[in-house]
Amino acid sequence: MNDRAADQVQRMLALVPYLKDRAGVPVEQVARDFDVPAATVVRDLNVLWFCGLPEAVTGEMIDVDMDALDSEGVVRLDNADFLGRPLRLTVHEALALIVALRTLRETAAAGTTEAIDRALAKLESAAGDGAAAARQVQVVAAPMDARVGAAAQQALHEGRRVHLDYLVPSRDETTARDVDPLRLFSAEGHTYLEGWCYRAEGVRLFRLDRVVSLEVLDQPAAPPTQARSRDLSEGLFQPGDDDLIAVLDVAPSAIWIAEQHRVDSRVELADGWLRVQMRVADEDWLLHLVLRASGDVAVVQPTAVALRITATARAALAAYAVP
Amino acid sequence: MNLVIALLVSQGYVSKDRIRRVVEGYRDQTDEAFEKMFERDKEELREIGIPIELGSNDKMFDDEPGYRIRRDAFELPRIDLEPDEAAAVGLAARVWQHARLARQTSTAVLKLKAAGVAVDSEALTLVEPLLAASEAAFEPLWDAVVARRQVTFGYRRPGHEPTTRRVQPWGVLSWRGRWYLIGHDLDRTAERMFRLSRVTGPVEATGPSYAFEVPAGTDLRALARQLEPRPAEGTATVRLLAGQGQALRRRASSVTAARDGWDAVELPLLDPVLLAAEVVALGPAAVVVAPPEVREAVVHRLQRLAGEAVSR
Repeated sequence: MNDRAADQVQRMLALVPYLKDRAGVPVEQVARDFDVPAATVVRDLNVLWFCGLPEAVTGEMIDVDMDALDSEGVVRLDNADFLGRPLRLTVHEALALIVALRTLRETAAAGTTEAIDRALAKLESAAGDGAAAARQVQVVAAPMDARVGAAAQQALHEGRRVHLDYLVPSRDETTARDVDPLRLFSAEGHTYLEGWCYRAEGVRLFRLDRVVSLEVLDQPAAPPTQARSRDLSEGLFQPGDDDLIAVLDVAPSAIWIAEQHRVDSRVELADGWLRVQMRVADEDWLLHLVLRASGDVAVVQPTAVALRITATARAALAAYAVP
Repeated sequence: MNLVIALLVSQGYVSKDRIRRVVEGYRDQTDEAFEKMFERDKEELREIGIPIELGSNDKMFDDEPGYRIRRDAFELPRIDLEPDEAAAVGLAARVWQHARLARQTSTAVLKLKAAGVAVDSEALTLVEPLLAASEAAFEPLWDAVVARRQVTFGYRRPGHEPTTRRVQPWGVLSWRGRWYLIGHDLDRTAERMFRLSRVTGPVEATGPSYAFEVPAGTDLRALARQLEPRPAEGTATVRLLAGQGQALRRRASSVTAARDGWDAVELPLLDPVLLAAEVVALGPAAVVVAPPEVREAVVHRLQRLAGEAVSR
C-alpha cells in the first residue's frame, strides 16, 4: 500500500457503513458526500467487490450490484454486515473537529450556541482521547459589535440588501454604500461582511468594527452572477494587479509589521532591523502605516511616500509650536 | 482491506501463518515478500488509526502470538445528532484554513456521515469563523502539545535578541487570530506564554511522548484574559479639524465645536501608545491637548518622522 492506498482503505471503511442505510443512492451523491470524483467511488466499489470474509470463515464476498451501477448510476451493496460501523475518530481528527466546533461557538449568535453545545457534548463523549487533548486547545474570538452584527446576520438570512456607512481609516473617510451580503465570517481577529458593493462594483470585505451604521433595506439582494465569495485559504489580503510594491526598513520594536502583513521578502540588516518588501493597496495606506509606526519604519521605496511623510510630520509639528 | 476484515471478524488472535493462508493477496507471495507486505500494511493501517493488537489466545500455553482488531476499539460508538447539531458539524468542516487540520476535520465528518448522520451545512445562518494557522511553528507545536513532548525553539521578543527556550508545552491558544503557546519554561522554571509568530527557526521535539502532566486547573481561557486590553484610565482631549479623525470621533464621549473650524474631542484613554500612533497618522488634522504624556509622545514621534531625531 502506498499513501493513496491507505487513503483508499480509509475511504472504503467509511463507504461500506455509509451505504448500509442508503441502498440505491446515486453515485454522484456519494461522490459529493465523500468529496471525491465519481470515478473514484466506482473504483472503490470495484475493489470492495473483491473483498470479503476470509475463506476459512464463510468465504462470502461483499456484493456490489454492478448492473445497477452501470445502468442507473446508483449504488447497492450487500453482504457487508461485518463492517456495520465506521472507524473511530483518531485523536487528531476528533481534536480538529472539536476545536472547529468551539471556534464556531465563539462567534455564533445567542440562539445557535445551544445546538453547537449539544453537538460538542455528543462528540466529546464519542471521542475519548481526542476530547482529553481538546482541553489543551482554546480559541478566543474578538467580540463582535452586537448591533451591526445582528443586523448583518438578519440581512443575510432574509436575503436583503443593506445600506452601510463605512469608515476607511487610511483615508479617514466614511463612505455610504449599498451592499448585497454574500456571507459573514470572522478571521484574524475581526468579523467581516463580504458582499457585492454597488459603489465599487465588485466583491468587497467590510470589517464590522468599521461599519458606522448598517440599515437593512426592504429591497431583496440581487447580486450579479459574477459576485462570488473569494477563496480565503491563501489569506485575507490577496495581492492585486495594481498593488504598489514597497520596500521598508523595520526596527526590532516594530517587527509586528512583518508578522501581520504578508511580506514578499525579508533581509536582516544591522542592529536587528529588517528590510522587507511587501505589496500595499495604495500610497495612502502605506503613509498611514508608516506614520503610525512613527520612526520605527523607514520607507526606502517609493520615495514619493518618504517625502510625503517628512512633509506631513513637519506640518503637524507646527501646531505644537516646537521649533 | 481484506486484512482488516480478517482481523476484525476473528474470534481471537490470528497467527501470522493463518493470516497468510486466509487473506487474499498474501497467499501467493514468497516468504520474504509476504513479510515485507505484512509489516508495511500493518504500519499503514495503524497510521490511519486502526488498533491492531498483538497477543496470544491462551496465556497458559506458549502458543504462537497473533494479531487482532477489537471491535469496540475499532468502531465509532453510536452517535445520533439532531438536524441542527448535524448542521453545526457541517459548518465546522469549513472552519480550518490549515491544510492538515482541514483534512483531519473532513475525515472526521466523513466518518460521522458513514455513521448515518445527515450533514447539511445550509440549514444554519451563522458567522463562519475561519481559523488560520500560517505560523511555521504551529504544526510542530500542535503535535508536541497533543503528544505532551518537550520542545526546544528559538524565540525573539520585539526589541530583544533571540533566545533558545526549552518548554513543556501545556496548550495552544488562538486569541483573536493569533496563536500562542502556553507551557512550563524549563530554564526559567515558570509558566510562560509565547506568541507563535515570534518563534524563529525550527521547533525540535525531544524525549518521549506523555513526558509530563499538564497541571490540573490550568485554564487557558483565564490565561487569555492577560491578553485583553486594559480598561480605560482617564480621558484624553484631542483637537480635530472639522470632519476629520473619524475613528477617534466614534469613540468620543463629547465633541465641542469651536468657531475656528476645529472640534475639541474628549475620549476615554485606553492605550496612550496607541492613541499617540493614531494621532500621528492623522498628520496636521489632529493635535493632542491632554494628557501631557501623550502630547509629548506625539511630538517625539513627529520629530522622528520629520527627520530631526531619527535614531538609526
